Amino acid sequence: MASPQPRIGVVVFPGSNDDRDALWALAALDAEALPVWHAESELPDLDAVVLPGGFSYGDYLRCGAIARFSPAMAAVADFAEEGGLVLGICNGFQVLCEAGLLPGVLRPNDSLSFICRDVPLLVERTDTPFTTRCELGQELVIPVKHGEGCWYADDELYSELEARGQILLRYREPVNGSLRDVAGVVNEHGNVMGLMPHPEHAVDPLLGSADGALILASLVDAARQQALAVI
Amino acid sequence: MKATVFVRPKAGILDPQGHAVQGSLRQLGFSVTGARIGRVVDLEVDSSDPASARAEVERMCEQLLANPLIESYEIELDG
Repeated sequence: MASPQPRIGVVVFPGSNDDRDALWALAALDAEALPVWHAESELPDLDAVVLPGGFSYGDYLRCGAIARFSPAMAAVADFAEEGGLVLGICNGFQVLCEAGLLPGVLRPNDSLSFICRDVPLLVERTDTPFTTRCELGQELVIPVKHGEGCWYADDELYSELEARGQILLRYREPVNGSLRDVAGVVNEHGNVMGLMPHPEHAVDPLLGSADGALILASLVDAARQQALAVI
Repeated sequence: MKATVFVRPKAGILDPQGHAVQGSLRQLGFSVTGARIGRVVDLEVDSSDPASARAEVERMCEQLLANPLIESYEIELDG
């Protein structure tokens, strides 16, 4: 018997522009991927949620600052609180930080330039729902495309995060001024992750790299376990 | 009642925009040794009581107008 297809929702904000790529990539990795409109105050029955890249609400005020108050985000916060799997990519990462679901904040790149290129990343943990398909210390090549990807936390917060192993991905070399080259973090409970690089743009070798599939397929695997658990 | 909120990058936080502006000013011949760029928000608050207006604007700052991790804010009331 075929294993069940996990249902993964992709929240679509006004100004999201990577929602279709995320839906396509998740479907290619054998998930049932469905869009969730930002104005929905309840999520459909889901095994995981992805917040896609883009410029939600025009990135007015600060990136992610307005999107966090959308009705769907209240539902996503409840979902995360109950242990639901949530992955924020680029603008989705910014929204999760503004919402307080992930630590730190994303600031304008130190160069003030928009950066759009493939970057090498190093995997620091493989025991999270987002990295089980990776190997410890593995180098992943995944594109970034952002103007505000400079992750920041004060010294005290950073020490706590490092001690708890909440840094999942680092850039191999400085990219945007991120503190200690942090590219992706996870929350304390390990069910919410955010990263600036775009795994959904790197699931087919035709596009230069399929390394992003390792992260998304890890999420699909974990979501499938959730789906099996409730049967 | 009018209220003005000044949001600034906290001391010690790198402000690449301010840094770029400082560089441009120096290029123009001004002897500027520091520039930091923040944001001004002019508000019309539906209240005639300064204390309650200030308390409300403070809540606005905490919830939306500033990110306390990286920004500080100041409130001025007028009228």
